[in-house]
Formats: sequence, structure tokens, C-alpha cells
Amino acid sequence: MIVARLKKKISKREFKLNWLFQPLQYAFMVRGLLASVMVGILCAVMGTYVVLRGMAFLGDAMAHAILPGVAIAFLLHGNLLVGAIIAAVIIALSIGLFSKGGVVKEDTAIGILFAAALSLGVALISSIQTYAVDLSHILFGNVLGVSENDLWLTVGLGLLVLISVALLYKQFLVISFDPILAATLRLPAELLRNLMLVLLALTVVVSLQTVGVGLAAAMLVTPAATAYLLTRRLWPMMLVSTSIGAFSSLAGLYLSYYLNIVSGSAIVLIATVIFLAVFLFQPRRGLLWKKR
Amino acid sequence: MDTFLESPARLDVVNISVAYNGTPVLQEITFQVPHGARVAVVGPNGAGKSTLFKALVGLLPLRSGKIFIHNLPLGHHLDCVAYIPQREEVDWRFPVTVADVVLMGRFGHQKWLQRPGRPDREVTQKSLAQMGIAELADRSISDLSGGQQQRVFLARALAQEPHIFLMDEPFTGVDATTQEATLALLDHLRQQRVTVLISTHDLNLAASRFDVVLLLNRRLIAFGEPKSVFTPENLTQAFGSQLLKLPDGLVLVDDCCPPEEENFKKGI
Repeated sequence: MIVARLKKKISKREFKLNWLFQPLQYAFMVRGLLASVMVGILCAVMGTYVVLRGMAFLGDAMAHAILPGVAIAFLLHGNLLVGAIIAAVIIALSIGLFSKGGVVKEDTAIGILFAAALSLGVALISSIQTYAVDLSHILFGNVLGVSENDLWLTVGLGLLVLISVALLYKQFLVISFDPILAATLRLPAELLRNLMLVLLALTVVVSLQTVGVGLAAAMLVTPAATAYLLTRRLWPMMLVSTSIGAFSSLAGLYLSYYLNIVSGSAIVLIATVIFLAVFLFQPRRGLLWKKR
Repeated sequence: MDTFLESPARLDVVNISVAYNGTPVLQEITFQVPHGARVAVVGPNGAGKSTLFKALVGLLPLRSGKIFIHNLPLGHHLDCVAYIPQREEVDWRFPVTVADVVLMGRFGHQKWLQRPGRPDREVTQKSLAQMGIAELADRSISDLSGGQQQRVFLARALAQEPHIFLMDEPFTGVDATTQEATLALLDHLRQQRVTVLISTHDLNLAASRFDVVLLLNRRLIAFGEPKSVFTPENLTQAFGSQLLKLPDGLVLVDDCCPPEEENFKKGI
């Protein structure tokens, strides 16, 4: 009797573990998970700046603007990620350049560059014979197609971005919160702003694989916006945002595995559900608490 | 008062012109502020008071002219000037605590990749205590009242340990406690021989609590002791039609503060 119950318990636990570990027997799934979590963390960290500095439009635009880079890399049979990186950095710096003297407003500059790059990208891709499959991968990500090389590149770029943010935490805080103090401290605000744009560009490139061009902005904004509702200091906001980003990526990938849906959508939907839950039930400013 | 006027100027503004968004605001301004002086910057709305301050911290480029601090051109000193912005210029929804903001004042004393150390935290604590907001250290800046917000930025400027203190409208729309705390701070700064420039609409305050008054309306109209600056001629030149002259020689200025503020300040 007791033995039978124990057996039942063990099999129950095994079932639980199976549920968790079964997908991991596939190498592509492990790579996909690692890549997703890295993307979740990166987007969450850079996303705090995107949310606080009101750069959501910029993040979205940048994601779309890397399309021509990817297309050219594809045409030249090069690495798609490398093509995306080059395109993203060019776009990031040209936005800085166009809006520099205040001749053109920043959001106008972004709008122009974004549309032009997207058109160029679509034009290039439409010239590729078998574009249909690849385009959908670029637009919505193809996390299960992450190669070992891609994974190394993702981890390398990710560490680069995270280390830069850790080292320049103080400087980025000041230029985001108080540009006037940055000026009195003689910080090279222009340089730091461009560096931030480049880091953002790298983040967007990395997220191309898991959530794709179409949903990269969501991964930048949603976890960070959720964390903003829960915290009142910058680094806890980054930590909470990171946890939400990483969890959404993990859970989203499992969801896509078991429900057989596009992984990028699953990841973003989970992040959105968390945001909604926090928005409604959050202790200090939650919608439901206000109504009382 | 005459003794300090003889000591060497800490702040030398030589014939500067400044434009804001392409339109010229300040034209050919020249003045010298001596060691440890307390200067009231006075003029009607749109006279260019904030623009002058922003030019002094290097935030707005000069069209022409030069600014010298300790006889060196602007930009040679890293931690020399502290600027207290008007409250509307700050993003109060940004996730930082009071202590975080004040600690930012120490960044100029640290190396680029250096983390704030114990001395920085001690200075932060002292500045908070001096402004009477030590108990608010861990509060989010979004939870503060207007006066408390201002005192946070005063504490941060103190933590910067500057030689020149610039305050944009610190007396506009704040509670009495904050106004008192600000005035007490001015006395403390005088002991430290810190030069202070304050823009204000309160002409009575400018006349009674300051050594020097700088009367501004796009151009420098008068600069000197309050008695010599506040003459009917100068005020007419600065405030123009906002002026009411009474038959017995009394001059009334009704200068409205920024729209959201309820208080109208009158001065003679």
C-alpha cells in the first residue's frame, strides 16, 4: 500500500520533471532556450532606458531598420546577424546625426530613416526567390533555428552590452535623469547618447532571432514598463525587468513547444499578461486599488 | 561691502551673446562677480534669466563673448558650478530616491568608473541633514511636496561642493519652510565664500538680502548694489509697460510669475 503510494508519488514527480526536461533533449531546443533567455535579459535591461527616456518609437524603428542589412547579408551568403549589426549601428548613428543640430526633430528623423530602411529591406528581400520562408523568420523570429555560431554571437554581444551598462551605470543615469547636471559635470553627453543608441541597436539585433523584427520593441518596452510599476529605483527596476524578461522568454518557449505556436508571439504574450496583471493588482498604483 | 568688491572676480562674463532655439536672447552682456558675492538676477519674464544660467553652466553655446571662472575659460573646472533647475525641468516620475539624487552631486568628484564610496555617502548625509530632509532619504522623489523637491536639489548642489551656485527661481511657489531653509543656506554659503547667483521675481527680497543686483532684459540694464540698481529709470527700462508710477515717485512693478503659480509678487 505504502509502496504503491510512493511509486505514485515518484511517477508524479517524474511526470513533472518530464514536462520540464523533455524539450531539453533536443540540442536545438537548448540553444533556443539559452538564446531566448539572453535576449530576454538584454531587452529588459536596455528597455529600462527605452521606457524612462521615451525611446519606444526609436526601438521599434531600429528593429525594422535593420531589415536591409539582413537582406544584403542573405544575398551575399554572409551571416545574417553580422549584416543586422552593421545596419543597426549605421541607423543608430545616423539618427543621432540627423537630429543633432535640432534641424529635424528626432522623431521625424527616426520616421524618415525607419520607413526608408524598411522599404529598402522589403525591396531587397522581394528580389530573393525563396523569400517567403525567410521573411517570416526575420519578422517573427526563428528561435529553433539558432545555430551554435549564432548562440556564441548572441552571448558575446549580450555580455558586451551588459558590461557596458554596468560600467557606465552612473553616466547613463545622469544623462537620462538630468541632462543639465550632465552638462555641469562636463560629461560627453553626445557621445554617451550615441553609445546608448549603439547598445540599443545591438540588443535589437540579438532579439531578431527569438522575437523577430516585428516584436522586438515589445520585448524592450513591456518588461521594463512592468518593472517601472513595481519599483522606485533604477537598479531594482533593471533587476525586476530582467526577471520578467527572462521568465517570459523561458515560459514563452515552453508554451510554443507544447501549443505549437510561433515562439516570438508566445514570449511577448506572456510578458503582456504579466504587465496586465501588475497593472491591475499592483499595490501602490494599481487600477483595482484605485477604484476602491 | 566694499572690501569684497576689491577681491579678484571669480566669475567674469565678457560681452556674451546667447541664442535659444535660433532666436537671440541675450545680447552683449558683460559683468564681473567678485569672490563670494550674492547676486540677485532680476528682470521680467522672458528677460533671459534662465538662458543666462544655462550659458554659465555650458549648456547653451555662446554666439560670441567669453566666460571665465577663476580666470580660466568655462569648461576647465569639472565641479565648479552647481545649478539648481526650476522644478518643472525635472522628470519627477524617474525612479530615483532622494539619496540617489543627492549622491549624483558627488559624481564630479569621482573617477569615471569609480563607485560612490563612504566619503561620498557621508557628504550626502550631511547635505540632506543641512536641508532638513535626512528622514526623506529613502523616499521616491515622486512622493515629495514641491518644497521638499526643491530642498533635494539644494542638497545635491551642496554635495557638489561648488564654488558657484546658480539657482533658478528658488523662491517661486514654495512653502515658508523651504524659503527659510533656502535663505539659511545662503548664509551658510556666504561663510564658505561660495558665489551665489539667484534669479527671482521678488524685488523686495533682491533689495534686502543680496549684495549685488543684476537687472536684465535681453541686455544688461544695471549691475551693482541694490540701491544703485533699483532706480525708476532702470526699472522703466527693464519692465517697460508693466510699471506703474505714482505721483509721489513710488514705482510699482507687477510681474507675474510662471502661469501655474498663484502668487503675484510686487516690488518697489
